[in-house]
Amino acid sequence: MEKNLNLNLKVWRQKNADDKGKFEEYKVNDISTDMSFLEMFDVLNSQLITEDKDPIAFDHDCREGICGSCSMHINGRPHGPKHAVTTCQLHMRSFNDGDTIVVEPWRAAPFPVIKDLVVNRSAFDRIISAGGFISINTGNAQDANAIPIPKDDADEAFAAAACIGCGACVAACKNASAMLFVSAKVSQFALLPQGQPERHQRVSEMVAQMDLEGFGACTNTGACSAECPKGISLTHIARMNRDYIAASFAANEK
Amino acid sequence: MTSKLNSKIPEGNLEQKWTKYRSTVPLVNPANKRSLEIIIVGSGLAGASAAASLAELGYKVKVFCFQDSARRAHSIAAQGGINAAKNYQNDGDSTYRLFYDTIKGGDYRSREANVYRLAEVSTNIIDQSVASGVPFAREYGGLLSNRSFGGTQVQRTFYAAGQTGQQLLLGAYSGLQRQVGTGNVKMYARHEMLDVVTIDGKCRGIIARDLTNGKLERHFGHAVLLCTGGYGNVFFLSTNAMGSNVTAAWKAHKKGAMFANPCFTQIHPTCIPVSGDHQSKLTLMSESLRNDGRIWVPAKKEDALALREGRIKPNDIREEDRDYYLERRYPAFGNLVPRDVASRAAKERCDAGYGVNKTGEAVYLDFAFNTIRYGKIEANKKGINNPTDEQIVAMGKAVVKEKYGNLFDMYEQITGVNPYDQPMMIYPAVHYTMGGLWVDYNLMTNIPGLYALGEANFSDHGANRLGASALMQGLADGYFVIPYTIGAYLSNEIMTKAISTDHEAFVEAEKNVQGTIDRLLSIKGTKTVDYYHKKLGLIIWNQCGMARSEAGLKEAIANVQALREEFWSNVKVPGDANSLNPELEKAGRVADFLELGELMCKDALDREESCGGHFREEHQTEEGEALRNDEDYKYVAAWEYFAGTNWELHKEELIYDNIKIAQRSYK
Ligand SMILES: Cc1cc2nc3c(=O)[nH]c(=O)nc-3n(C[C@H](O)[C@H](O)[C@H](O)COP(=O)(O)OP(=O)(O)OC[C@H]3O[C@@H](n4cnc5c(N)ncnc54)[C@H](O)[C@@H]3O)c2cc1C
Ligand code: SF4
Ligand code: FES
Repeated sequence: MEKNLNLNLKVWRQKNADDKGKFEEYKVNDISTDMSFLEMFDVLNSQLITEDKDPIAFDHDCREGICGSCSMHINGRPHGPKHAVTTCQLHMRSFNDGDTIVVEPWRAAPFPVIKDLVVNRSAFDRIISAGGFISINTGNAQDANAIPIPKDDADEAFAAAACIGCGACVAACKNASAMLFVSAKVSQFALLPQGQPERHQRVSEMVAQMDLEGFGACTNTGACSAECPKGISLTHIARMNRDYIAASFAANEK
Repeated sequence: MTSKLNSKIPEGNLEQKWTKYRSTVPLVNPANKRSLEIIIVGSGLAGASAAASLAELGYKVKVFCFQDSARRAHSIAAQGGINAAKNYQNDGDSTYRLFYDTIKGGDYRSREANVYRLAEVSTNIIDQSVASGVPFAREYGGLLSNRSFGGTQVQRTFYAAGQTGQQLLLGAYSGLQRQVGTGNVKMYARHEMLDVVTIDGKCRGIIARDLTNGKLERHFGHAVLLCTGGYGNVFFLSTNAMGSNVTAAWKAHKKGAMFANPCFTQIHPTCIPVSGDHQSKLTLMSESLRNDGRIWVPAKKEDALALREGRIKPNDIREEDRDYYLERRYPAFGNLVPRDVASRAAKERCDAGYGVNKTGEAVYLDFAFNTIRYGKIEANKKGINNPTDEQIVAMGKAVVKEKYGNLFDMYEQITGVNPYDQPMMIYPAVHYTMGGLWVDYNLMTNIPGLYALGEANFSDHGANRLGASALMQGLADGYFVIPYTIGAYLSNEIMTKAISTDHEAFVEAEKNVQGTIDRLLSIKGTKTVDYYHKKLGLIIWNQCGMARSEAGLKEAIANVQALREEFWSNVKVPGDANSLNPELEKAGRVADFLELGELMCKDALDREESCGGHFREEHQTEEGEALRNDEDYKYVAAWEYFAGTNWELHKEELIYDNIKIAQRSYK
């Protein structure tokens, strides 16, 4: 049942990319346990505006756990304490009266802070541009049922494609590795017949771009998958590694 | 038809219009394409698919979106599916049937030619998406799976669990990013378009604001495509993403583009009910759930009261004491009636006192029946002869989980209630806007060179959109219509050199945008932007929502005008214009909603009939169904803007040569 909470918040404030930034403390009262975490931030922000203070900038849009915009590091964990949910789907019933909650932006060199809790994740888009697609121009396609795809493969491809590009995997990783994100895309296409022609080239180019963007190496700790709101599995990383090695061999033989 | 509206529908019979037009529309040769610049505002299904396709053809494309990545456009949130007349199920589907269902579903207020074209290209969309790696749901034989949606009796909806929009958008986005990689598209994320620039009556570019540093930018284009989505957030609470807005379309409207059927908005029957004042948005529970969920309220008022007071649980109410009101009222379509019909029926029961939650504004969507049905099928498949009830329920739940798992999880996340064990509580919520910028058959507005695609235009859904048809329309417009129809205009522009953005029209437009921003920041009043947005939303919801009346609409117009005045004298926008300032962004959007809201009410007042989602209390049948007036209102209402907030109505008569229009019946 619904209850009301009084909470202490420690929130990272940073004016812009050049600012050093620091934590500020705030109190919010009478927070309904039915609220989402972002609705609690709405309350805090309208409080700040009324007090003539600068409201806290944070990314959000769908508030349904699917656009991947929201990106708060809450009490030391990307997207907070609940397993497999995004910040916007985290509800205040996961907290207790009197709690102190620490909120920070994603911390990773390839995701520089723009303001407060807002970071720049355009590196992910550039990785997709490097090879995260099937090269087919509009109008070239054959009938959709011309190639049957075993249900298990289609389901597994879908599970990989469920990645929302939020970056929690990077934020969770001590090396700021983007392997889970990249492998999810590589894996989706590797599992589909349509993805085969460019399979080797895709993995090589996406990995090269990933390195170029400054994401760190993967040391198989698994923090990424544990914190991923969509439960993207580590098996995709294994699949990508196999493809990457195969692609390197293929390149050497040429 | 007023001379200002030329729908440019090609001659010929319906089945051949598009094929013939497509084969005769003027072409632009590859060398000329390279010097033609196209600006696309919006990276949802419509924008991303248009951008990828046009860039592949060789045009120079710029894409703008206000999110931090094209992939986060609102289309990402679409859940249930996308229609296509593939007839893979051999259940009698065809281009004609999809066309007919869409026109009828829209309550005979859309154009035959546009809708037929949409039905025709629907099949190409599925082919294109599969080829670009979209992992649609499949059957064990490896072929694509289909489900049913409202307003139809065939299974033509393709889906990817409850994440169809996500998968389709990621497909279109990957095509877009591929073109970004080749340099054919330049992407401007975290940019908001704040005006269109017209020179000598033609659209020649836009003014955009870089949201990270606040700088205003001028961009020239030979053509501008607005793919900026719908305006459902005028209601404050809706299923749309928080940033969805009308600003781009509205600025175009104020520069002369007509706004069509603004009062045609869709209230979706199955959304999670409002839980309190803190609510920032509403969450949809996909229409696909109506395949397997049965909607009911208690048949006895005392049971409803006991539920509201928490004295009994829904499962305590016996089968014979439940009122499956959709099945009762509409036996032919049952739970699968179109959205407008289902929403009104829910409101009718709740208004009559049968609502089931503490606010009295909720009905049940119950999966128990089909869970058991699926459980028995599974038991049969697995050769279990005498399954126990628990086994049946467990196996049934597994099937339901596979179909709707993410939706059930989301429901539990938000409400704290497990929908596998208890029926969901749902209530109608604002979801989609059929109205939008008026466009001709080429998807061009009445401003030459300015186009509108996807939810931003008014074109295909009449007074009510059928489920799973918005994704279809967005991708049809972007992948398969605009690449052809834009040639009709651009083939005459090949001699036009890029116009310098120092041109006075650009300077003037930028000055006006700056003026509005400065004004918003200078008010320094006492109330937040959200305060005004919520107030506006309530006015529109109460008077221009599921039921509308003359008195209510007149009152609403006066209230919106007063609220707008108060906003401009008392809103408090913190911060400055030279950095990331989400409150300033919101303020600009709400300012535009405050004007749109008035036009919506005006349009609703003017339309003295009920049709689709537009229900005028004065015009209903004895059974409470929408009563159309084809004699006087069989037209598209296109509004032209004049300074201040004044409008003139232009009518585009709708002509039905192929469909006999009739009272819509789902009984
Ligand atoms: C919860 C939900 C579920 C749905 N489920 C389904 C479904 O199952 N099937 C179905 O067919 N339909 C569904 N719909 C409807 C469908 O999702 C939308 O109608 C459709 O996705 C709209 O696509 P679009 O490309 O027109 O616009 P959008 O996806 O809304 O994209 C708008 C784009 O415009 C940009 N933009 C807007 N204004 C500006 C500006 N001023 N400056 C710069 N950029 C701007 C945004 O950044 C964004 O990129 C659903 C809708 C909702 C809300
Ligand atoms: S893999 Fe998971 S954590 Fe990483 S971006 Fe995708 S959804 Fe987010
Ligand atoms: S706001 Fe879209 S995932 Fe959280």
